[in-house]
Amino acid sequence: MQSSTVVIAILLLASAAFQWAKNRSISLVGGTRSIRNLHSLPAYYGMYVALWCALPALAVLGLWHLFGDRVVLGMVLAQMPGEFQHLPADQAGLLLNDIRNVVSGAVPVEMARPAVVAAAQQWKAISDQSAIAGGLLSLVVAIAVGFWALRSIRPELRARNRVERIGEWALLASSGVAILTTIGIVISVLYEAIHFFHFVSPIDFLFGTTWSPQMAMRADQVGSSGAFGAVPLFTGTLLIAVIALAVSVPVGLFSAIYLAEYAARSVRTVVKPLLEILAGIPTVVYGFFAAMTVGPLLRQLGESMGLTVVSESALSAGLVMGVMIIPFVSSLADDMITAVPQSMRDGAYALGATRSETIRNVVLPAALPGIVGGVLLAASRAIGETMIVVMAAGLAANLTANPFEAVTTVTVQIATLLVGDSEFDSPKTLAAFALGLVLFISTLALNIVALKVVRKYREQYD
Amino acid sequence: MTNSVPTPSISQQRVAASLKRRYAAEMRFRAYGIAAIAVGLMFVAFLFTSIISKGYSSFEQTFIALDVDYAADTIDPEGKRDHDTLANADYQAVIKASLRTQFPDVEGRASLRHLYGMISNSAEQVLRDRVLANPKLIGTHATVWLLADDHVDTFFKGQIDRKLSEADRPISDEEIAWVDALKAQKRAELRFNPAFFTSGDSREPEQAGVAGALAGSALTLLITLLLSFPIGVAAAIYLEEFAPRNVWTDIIEVNINNLAAVPSIVFGLLGLAMFIQFFGLPRSSPMVGGLVLSLMTLPTIIIAGRASLKAVPPSIREAAFGMGASRMQMVAHHVLPLALPGMLTGTIIGMARALGESAPLLMIGMVAFIVDVPHGLSDPSTVLPVQIYLWARSPERAFVERTSGAIMVLLGFLLVMNAVAVILRNRFERRW
Repeated sequence: MQSSTVVIAILLLASAAFQWAKNRSISLVGGTRSIRNLHSLPAYYGMYVALWCALPALAVLGLWHLFGDRVVLGMVLAQMPGEFQHLPADQAGLLLNDIRNVVSGAVPVEMARPAVVAAAQQWKAISDQSAIAGGLLSLVVAIAVGFWALRSIRPELRARNRVERIGEWALLASSGVAILTTIGIVISVLYEAIHFFHFVSPIDFLFGTTWSPQMAMRADQVGSSGAFGAVPLFTGTLLIAVIALAVSVPVGLFSAIYLAEYAARSVRTVVKPLLEILAGIPTVVYGFFAAMTVGPLLRQLGESMGLTVVSESALSAGLVMGVMIIPFVSSLADDMITAVPQSMRDGAYALGATRSETIRNVVLPAALPGIVGGVLLAASRAIGETMIVVMAAGLAANLTANPFEAVTTVTVQIATLLVGDSEFDSPKTLAAFALGLVLFISTLALNIVALKVVRKYREQYD
Repeated sequence: MTNSVPTPSISQQRVAASLKRRYAAEMRFRAYGIAAIAVGLMFVAFLFTSIISKGYSSFEQTFIALDVDYAADTIDPEGKRDHDTLANADYQAVIKASLRTQFPDVEGRASLRHLYGMISNSAEQVLRDRVLANPKLIGTHATVWLLADDHVDTFFKGQIDRKLSEADRPISDEEIAWVDALKAQKRAELRFNPAFFTSGDSREPEQAGVAGALAGSALTLLITLLLSFPIGVAAAIYLEEFAPRNVWTDIIEVNINNLAAVPSIVFGLLGLAMFIQFFGLPRSSPMVGGLVLSLMTLPTIIIAGRASLKAVPPSIREAAFGMGASRMQMVAHHVLPLALPGMLTGTIIGMARALGESAPLLMIGMVAFIVDVPHGLSDPSTVLPVQIYLWARSPERAFVERTSGAIMVLLGFLLVMNAVAVILRNRFERRW
């Protein structure tokens, strides 16, 4: 029995229950004329019964799906011949995989061991039965509970309050999704990272200076010992982020100052959206732009000046990333500058200061904490940005501060380690999660500090 | 009071002397601002001209007109005319024969291979479809416009310099001569290329299209919208209208703000470890992609939703309470309808961001080479930005214009979405 059919059936039952309950509530008080004797409007009685009909049944169905597989598995394993009982954990896992492969058809029946084939057939039979049983059970629950709720309708039943209570719980649960997401991120990244630290010590990972995430297939293989020292990745990330900030902070800040303090309203309404186009362009487009246009351009420029600039230089990725962050910096700086009260400017003008002197000596110092917060947020953006560096920066982990050379970043390595096949037991894959943990913690710290700085500043003038 | 001109005091002299310097500083400062804006705008212009100048040509493709002889003894020597024979006939041979009649002087194995390589290998398919649709064609002659191979196309569009030496360019001297001959006879021309919008990915640049990626993007965004809009609106309503001010709601608020700033690739790690590894959902599927993107979009929608709920004046709420409405009725009947346009605007902007997102989707395996257009939520598929990434990595010269073309399609969609958001805001924005 398909679970989607069951869900549709339950929903149909619920909508029928809605009508029944609505009519019943009306007939209980003797027709629509004396509806005022009901505590709530008839539709609320309908909703009340419909919710009772659908929610427990859907919960049963969901639980059956979550745990049914495991129960089936236990039943199948229990019925296998004696030598398959009490296997050590790893062999049991292999056996399970074999059975799964036969069930899904990935391994043809002729190639599998007879015991496995038997188990697979049994699995199929039992899980078909289990699906039917689960579907039937949830339908029975829907009918039984719905019927009970229908019988429990009385004119004095506080149907509206109860329905609204359920609604409030649903709203609360929705806002809990954000928390669940954070917990999910922390658990999944932390779990695999801890797993990784069984293979490589955290000290070697954080302070090692060689990064070559290949693992030897055989013990005697040459040159693939696997080194997981992430320092070159951190310096590469910082180098690119610094270049990006060196582009975006001056440009963003000065354009914000000009737009907020000098520009006529008509100029502002045209230029601001134009600059904000930069924020709406997908990062993959910037990546393509950096790799196809800026990289070769910088190399030619370097050649003409007698410099060796590689095509995948840190400069091209950082430059393009800086362009991407310009609107981010400028809109934050704009907010901060406009938040400085006019009276402070007027005071400076009254003392005979020119506009630029007012801005430099009064407005900017007052807005500085907010601007610093904005720059920190921009830095966290630059550190976490992926597509530009994946497409325009290199893969080689060079420990260098030369912007004309190729460097690699944390995000590039995460992407390259995880794209393609991913076995969850090799340090190579797990290393990506350890890098992800570092990335998550560092951007989180930057954000928390930045938001604190911004908030503290805002309270001063509000 | 004397009417003699007062001699300026020392401080006045100093001020007068410094004024020039100060005004110069003022002008400089202003110039920095203008320069910064100019730099920003220049980048916008540079980016767009670079993409458009590379990409506009991908909407056109070189076609070559061949006089095809649907010879009965090649296609169906036994005269059966049934579906199987016609579907499995050697249309390659038909095309080769037509090419040989077009250029009767070409001899030698290598030259013939070059000659056959001028036509895209999708041409067989075209002939097969024509014959299957109308078996009466067999035994007749017809002029058919067939897709040229990508190196011919790149040359024809002028993207390969013919002055380069033969070894440095992907097209040989004799091929150039043939293309010139075809052009002189008006048998080779650029035509609108519908396949770019109707076919999936391909290893052959001239056959590659964005249809598969568009379908994948549509399915992924559908999931994203269905999950993130209701949950986001509900969370915004809870936080703004119901939540008591306590530690828990503070934690939720801080959490949402932080989630909005978590790098997108971390969401990819979450998707890989949770949805694929733990829950065993299918890799590369729009389902998982949509789940990951909806978690990413949620904070945007919640923040926008709260802002538009805040914009509804408290008097509306008090009036509803005054009429005896419950809190839920007040929200559902009065506040929500007024806040909905703002929420929709935020949602569209969030969707636009999700449409352009690619990093987390790399993690969950949506980077596979997939030819078929996906039809279901668990079919392996890719999305438009990832398709751009895949094409950008392809070594063939002809994929550069494909990539730029796909970027233009993507930017077109983003433009439409943002325009809708702006119109919605301008139309329904209310000042109280």
